[in-house]
Amino acid sequence: MDLLLAAFEVLARWDVVIALLVGSVGGVLIGAIPGVGPAVAIAILLPATFSMDPIVGLTVLLGIYGSSMYGGAIPAILINTPGTAVNALTTYDGYPMTARGEARRALSLAYSASFFGGVFSVICLILFAPVLAKVAPLFGSREIFLAALLGLILVVVAHRGQALIAAALACFGIFLNSVGLEPVKYTKRYTFDQSFLSSGVDLIVVVLGLFALSQAFVLLQGEDEKLRINKLRGGLFQGLRELGRHPRVASVSASFGVVMGMIPGVGEFTAQFLSYTYAQRTSKRPEDFGRGSSEGLIAAETANNAVPAAAMVPLLALGIPGEALTAMMLSVFYVHNVVPGPQLFQNQMDFVVALYLALLILNVMVLVFLLFATNSLIKVVKIPNRFLGVCILALSFVGVYSLRNSVTDCILAAVFGLFGFILKRLSLPIVPIILGMVLGGIMEVKLRAGMARVKEPFDFIDRPVAMIIFLMIIVVLIIHTRQVLRDRAVLKEKKWSAKHTSTNFAQHLSRRKNYLSTERGKKVRDKHLKYSPRSTERR
Amino acid sequence: MADTEEERRFVGPRRGQIVFALLFLGVSLFLLSQIGEQTKWMNKVKFAAQPRLWPAIGLGGMVLFSALHLWKLPRKRMVRDDWQEAKIWLVPLEFALWFLIYVWMTPIIGYLLSTILFTQVLVFRMGYRKRSYKIAGLGFAICVVVIFKSFLQVKIPGGAIYEYLPAALRNFLILNF
Repeated sequence: MDLLLAAFEVLARWDVVIALLVGSVGGVLIGAIPGVGPAVAIAILLPATFSMDPIVGLTVLLGIYGSSMYGGAIPAILINTPGTAVNALTTYDGYPMTARGEARRALSLAYSASFFGGVFSVICLILFAPVLAKVAPLFGSREIFLAALLGLILVVVAHRGQALIAAALACFGIFLNSVGLEPVKYTKRYTFDQSFLSSGVDLIVVVLGLFALSQAFVLLQGEDEKLRINKLRGGLFQGLRELGRHPRVASVSASFGVVMGMIPGVGEFTAQFLSYTYAQRTSKRPEDFGRGSSEGLIAAETANNAVPAAAMVPLLALGIPGEALTAMMLSVFYVHNVVPGPQLFQNQMDFVVALYLALLILNVMVLVFLLFATNSLIKVVKIPNRFLGVCILALSFVGVYSLRNSVTDCILAAVFGLFGFILKRLSLPIVPIILGMVLGGIMEVKLRAGMARVKEPFDFIDRPVAMIIFLMIIVVLIIHTRQVLRDRAVLKEKKWSAKHTSTNFAQHLSRRKNYLSTERGKKVRDKHLKYSPRSTERR
Repeated sequence: MADTEEERRFVGPRRGQIVFALLFLGVSLFLLSQIGEQTKWMNKVKFAAQPRLWPAIGLGGMVLFSALHLWKLPRKRMVRDDWQEAKIWLVPLEFALWFLIYVWMTPIIGYLLSTILFTQVLVFRMGYRKRSYKIAGLGFAICVVVIFKSFLQVKIPGGAIYEYLPAALRNFLILNF
């Protein structure tokens, strides 16, 4: 109780209240505009939050992170275009509901499910916080190194079918982080004698380039789409009642969101996939999934909204971001000399709980805002793409230039913007680069510190937590290898069955010629000829 | 020609993948070849603290995984689509140039004026001729400057042209616009 009161004291400031308001409303707006997304918004706002108190800055960013998915459901349901990437699954059941004239019901259900997921996750984590505070100190340098490595591996293997290029891009992130003056021996690394590279490549510049500028380029290069959206009539409160009829799907999906959110590198997509599959398998009407099923919509929206609060756990408890958005937030901590990790959980528990409470309040504010303002919000969906591109480009300037008024930073950001544009055109993942940069830096520092007391390689994993994480890494690698081998076998089988040319007898013989020419081969052939002589042979 | 099973299973578009994979591998190989010159291996320093260790891990991984990615690509020869895609990659160069002109202009004519000019020119360049778009662009530019510079006080220097204004107005403009 004392902890809760202390946390409320941290939040009881007018600037935090404004941050909550700006974060929640801004997040919904950003989510509702297809083509912007929380990553772009957070990247742009990041430098502006550096001048704020950590709690104020983080509340704004968390607000955007947590509420963008609410807004993202609007275009997903109304025009079949997800506002944010994680709303893709919402289109499966949301849009068919709109098509049959139930847009209001779908939106109402999506808001209610999102609200339930968000609140469930925050309550779980507030209750779970004391346990985390006990577990976090068990993480020393070696454990944090291994956890960061596990996070990086999970991010790579999560990109199914693209794991190789995801690994290459994660390594690119590790390389980028190593550029500049190395902090221990002060030697230069890959500076090519250029003074601007001595201080290294700034994470914010890379983030702004890869997320914001590249998105602006994508929008400016594309075409505007013409949209027609009908005005919604009636109230949006019925979703809360309908959600009450599916408590099992909602709570299981929210639990998936909490668990998957806590694992670095996994996140919303896996949580959604698992909860959607669960809901479909246990539903009495599985055939409705993908055709406007309310259970499908609840599963998708509950799971993705349960993730943001849970994703803060590895960041706050271990200092390890699990995905790009929390990686960006890490820089806010660093700027204010607040080092997230076991010490933060032990010494500033009120700060941690205050962040969770902020998320809780935020969910309530967003729901209230959406229930009354959806009709006005629909208009932002109609902003033309290229006009949006102009806006993002102008906003990106604030983000990059305000860092240190450096033209070189802007040039670098433009270069990364072009690189991000190419990656987006090819549907290649961007997140591994950011996580490679952040986790690479953490791994370098922690490995150096952890190896100081290690004499033999096994000493590195001789503590229980280190051993558990090490075993988890091995298990993840084994599962991934098995999956790759299975995919290969399926591919081989498919290729064989889809083969157009028949394999004739001569081809078979040609393949086996080495065997047939041996003594044993000749003998076997003679034996076969004896029992089944050729029809052309004289008897 | 019908798609092969590998092509069907490939995640994302196939056009341009070979060009990207070759470029990425080429750059990675070049950077790795420079490791001896660009990093140092220190004597009497533990392996984990060697300055060369992490660039080597990063670049080694880039070369290894991009080579494997290239090897696993469903199509390993260039076709016309690949070149056309590579040409599209050059399109945003124009927008990057506009962005850099905006960066260059800001310390000279000030944040407010440069933002208004930038949005108006780009709105025109994108083909929006209606008055409503021009007004929306103008409103957006003013809002951005007021929110970020006047309200949030982000660090953007005042324009050089403000020096020609009377002292009181100059200070006000430098601080807020």
